[in-house]
Amino acid sequence: MPVERVVPTPEARDLIDLVGKIADRDLAPAAAAAEEAARYPRELVRMLGRTGLLGLPYDEEFGGGAQPYDVYLQVLEELAARWATVALSVSVHGLSCWPLANYGSAEQRKRWLPDMIGGEQLGAYCLSEPHAGSDAAAMSTRAVRDGDSYVLDGTKAWITHGGIADFYSVFARTSDDGARGISCFLVPADADGLTFGAAEHKMGLTASPTTIVNLDGVRVAAERRIGDEGAGFGIALHALDAGRVGVAAVATGLAQAALDEAAAYARQREQFGRPVIGHQGVGFTLADMAASVQAARALYLAAAQRRDRGLGYRQQAAVAKLVATDNAMKVTTDAVQVLGGVGYTRDFPVERYFREAKVMQIFEGTNQIQRLVIARDLERFGE
Amino acid sequence: MKIVALVKHVPDATAERTFDDADHTTDRTGVDGLLSELDEYAIESALTVADGGDAEVVALTMGPSGAADAIKKALQMGADSGVHISDDALHGSDAPATARVLAAALRRIGDVDLVLTGMASTDGGMSVVPAMLAEHLDLAHVGFVGEFSVDDGTVRCRRDGDTASESVEAALPAIVSVTDQINEPRYPSFKGIMAAKKKPVETLSLADLDIDPSTVGLAAATSVVDEVTKRPERTQGEIVTDEGDGGTRLVEYLAAQKFV
Repeated sequence: MPVERVVPTPEARDLIDLVGKIADRDLAPAAAAAEEAARYPRELVRMLGRTGLLGLPYDEEFGGGAQPYDVYLQVLEELAARWATVALSVSVHGLSCWPLANYGSAEQRKRWLPDMIGGEQLGAYCLSEPHAGSDAAAMSTRAVRDGDSYVLDGTKAWITHGGIADFYSVFARTSDDGARGISCFLVPADADGLTFGAAEHKMGLTASPTTIVNLDGVRVAAERRIGDEGAGFGIALHALDAGRVGVAAVATGLAQAALDEAAAYARQREQFGRPVIGHQGVGFTLADMAASVQAARALYLAAAQRRDRGLGYRQQAAVAKLVATDNAMKVTTDAVQVLGGVGYTRDFPVERYFREAKVMQIFEGTNQIQRLVIARDLERFGE
Repeated sequence: MKIVALVKHVPDATAERTFDDADHTTDRTGVDGLLSELDEYAIESALTVADGGDAEVVALTMGPSGAADAIKKALQMGADSGVHISDDALHGSDAPATARVLAAALRRIGDVDLVLTGMASTDGGMSVVPAMLAEHLDLAHVGFVGEFSVDDGTVRCRRDGDTASESVEAALPAIVSVTDQINEPRYPSFKGIMAAKKKPVETLSLADLDIDPSTVGLAAATSVVDEVTKRPERTQGEIVTDEGDGGTRLVEYLAAQKFV
């Protein structure tokens, strides 16, 4: 069933329709084979870039689409409903541009942002480390000032687009002052000393390369530091607020795809003389799936609308990410159940959706961390 | 150089298409409309020529108010301006009337070097309007073109037939209809969507074109649809269960249907 979307302008409607058409024609038919072969669809993402989808939320002044988040996120959802890897790629790229776009100086933005959001380039966001995942402030990657540059040493982990990105937004320690000792750097892919591990063998999103990023004496010009020295952790957390609503939208699209597949199957699969959707056990499961998808969509849009009005949205982003990804896990699990035996085979896409949903409860802050963010907000309210 | 791409707003071919109960014309209200996909190849051809040099691309359509969507899509793809002929008296016009009105609009646009059309509309599917236009305007027409180039006042075309390809040249101005093999129409970009809002679209009535309304429309049409019968629902096919003789029975079936 097509999703009935509410969008603010006729142009946003045309954009959503265009994205749906591209996703149906170019993404959906290619997804299963590329995931099976662990092949990243760089050319398709480049095509999306030329269409303008890699700069949608950013300012027109730099070549962006100046679209509100409630439109941008629905674009991500449309992409995810056909191919989660591609939607995630667009979301992570947007996250990688976020530090420069929001904390870069006028000069820095003018110099680098147009190329970064112009569609040809791809970004990566380097925060996690092997021993600093949820506790990101415990990172040990160092950036030591040396004249007009910084020298970066350390290892970043779980980096989407590792090895294929054109630029890396890297967080590194410039002092030992805990979370206040972290700074943000824009590192070009061709920097000497930047190397990558092999792609991780993952359970899902296999077409999306995730690697270790090694920084071995990587010299970065001081003018590539984004924001003040020591301001990096705040930048990272603000960027993650934006990233989390992106993941919520991607998870919603994935869940919508699972619901559509399960409902279509249940309408035509007959047992005991009628379509299985007419058996209450299956029909009610599908109804709960539909409710979960719509609840997820409402939550990410609520967070987006706060953001679009310039209101704080950290708690709402955490709630949206938590609920949308937990719901996606439940909905995709139920989709496998509705399809029964064939749902467990790779001849149908729902087992892939199920595998892809799992990581969404883990990345961009585990769902335990989302609860922590929400609980801290509740705690502060009492002060 | 001025290129005009003819575009048509048609009922979505993937939807259930019907005819109006009262006058048996195409039902354009009960079904979503869109730019005829075959016209996208004409727009892409025009934009390709424009990309390679200094050319202006105008999208021209005739149709009710919804047809503005076909113009908008062409503008989003990159056309520079649009002309929309819209007049209630045009309802039910046949191909000769359509060609006459489009010819008048092309004369009014003026200084047109190249008219590009699709190979057919996806609703009427007659493929005759480009040739009729050429007669009205006394221009050369090259149809079913799979490749063309424009150079030095000449359009050089390759027309692909079932058994051979022909090379055909025509002096500009000319009318060229292109097939769905000629290119891969581009998607609009988001910038294109935003830019289309600001591009000029001129709406013309029959009065603007000096055409007597009694000479067009359903009453003036040279053919009349008396009756429309819905195609019968597809019946369930015959299922052959293979009991060792499946191949033979399939051939028997195909022979009975005179396929083999």
